[in-house]
Amino acid sequence: MHELSIADSVVRIASRHADGRQVTKVYLKVGYLRQVVPSALAFSFELVAQGTPVEGSDLEMEEIPATGKCHACGAESQLNSFPLQCKTCGNLDLELIAGEELYVESLEMEDQELTG
Amino acid sequence: MHRTAVKKVVFEGVLDANDALAQANREKFDQAGTYVVNMMSSPGAGKTALLEHTLDRIRGKLRLGVLEGDVQTTLDADRLARFHVPLVQVNTDPGFGGECHLDANMVRSGLSELPLNEMDVLIIENVGNLVCPAEFRVGENVRVMVYSVTEGEEKPLKYPLMFRSADLVLVNKVDLLEHLDFDLEQFLGNLDAVNPGVERVLTSARTGQGVDEWCSWLERHGTLS
Repeated sequence: MHELSIADSVVRIASRHADGRQVTKVYLKVGYLRQVVPSALAFSFELVAQGTPVEGSDLEMEEIPATGKCHACGAESQLNSFPLQCKTCGNLDLELIAGEELYVESLEMEDQELTG
Repeated sequence: MHRTAVKKVVFEGVLDANDALAQANREKFDQAGTYVVNMMSSPGAGKTALLEHTLDRIRGKLRLGVLEGDVQTTLDADRLARFHVPLVQVNTDPGFGGECHLDANMVRSGLSELPLNEMDVLIIENVGNLVCPAEFRVGENVRVMVYSVTEGEEKPLKYPLMFRSADLVLVNKVDLLEHLDFDLEQFLGNLDAVNPGVERVLTSARTGQGVDEWCSWLERHGTLS
């Protein structure tokens, strides 16, 4: 259940960047290889956001496919399963160029500070 | 009342805060000349049993210390206490419902009780869990994964996050192979599919098979630092 820790960290980051405003939407990028279960993360997020400026906001998760660049032929392949293998020449020696991301990209907030 | 929405670009890594603390831990380890092993596995794979063998064999050769992570209880630490090595227990229970892994901050909280300057190697026994510990760097030099043959051949494909991050895999409980349908070749094939060519040692904490090889590996790495 690393989703709970991830949700906690997302809420902290969003709260800090909100500068006292009410957050309405959090855009999160998640690489395919991160093994994040979206439903578990959404559930955790809702729970952890309670009592913070992020409470009630939407979590928009975008999954980034895993992509590798072949060291042998230079082709780029989208990687959906193991082994991570070049789809052009079958080589296993790839440089992973996408798929391990895990970051808060942006926030939407109300244009007004919360009071009280 | 009319409210307009504003958008703010953030681009902040979810694990940045943890990674910064892990880096600080690492600097502390490097300064003390302590080589740090993050030992991970699912619950019951035999981490503590292997550690007992390890402490027993390597005590005279390397100065070892152990940081034990557990959701609750000090049972593992109690088992290792008889070896009289520096040992600290970190319970993750105060986290929300008990954290399922050690993070860099929890490890940091245990370090003040360890004499790092008098230790060649620190072994961090992570919480038993096949997913979460792989996500959180704690400042380690190396990741050693213990995997028992009772867990099935397909697990590397189901839990690639951890198998991909391992530098060494101890394939444990091999004394049970003759009683199981476990196909070792298939497992090793799956392991190579997610982490091609990763070092592996077949071990049995029951018979002691492979323990010498693992201890030599540890000595080799621990004395380089």
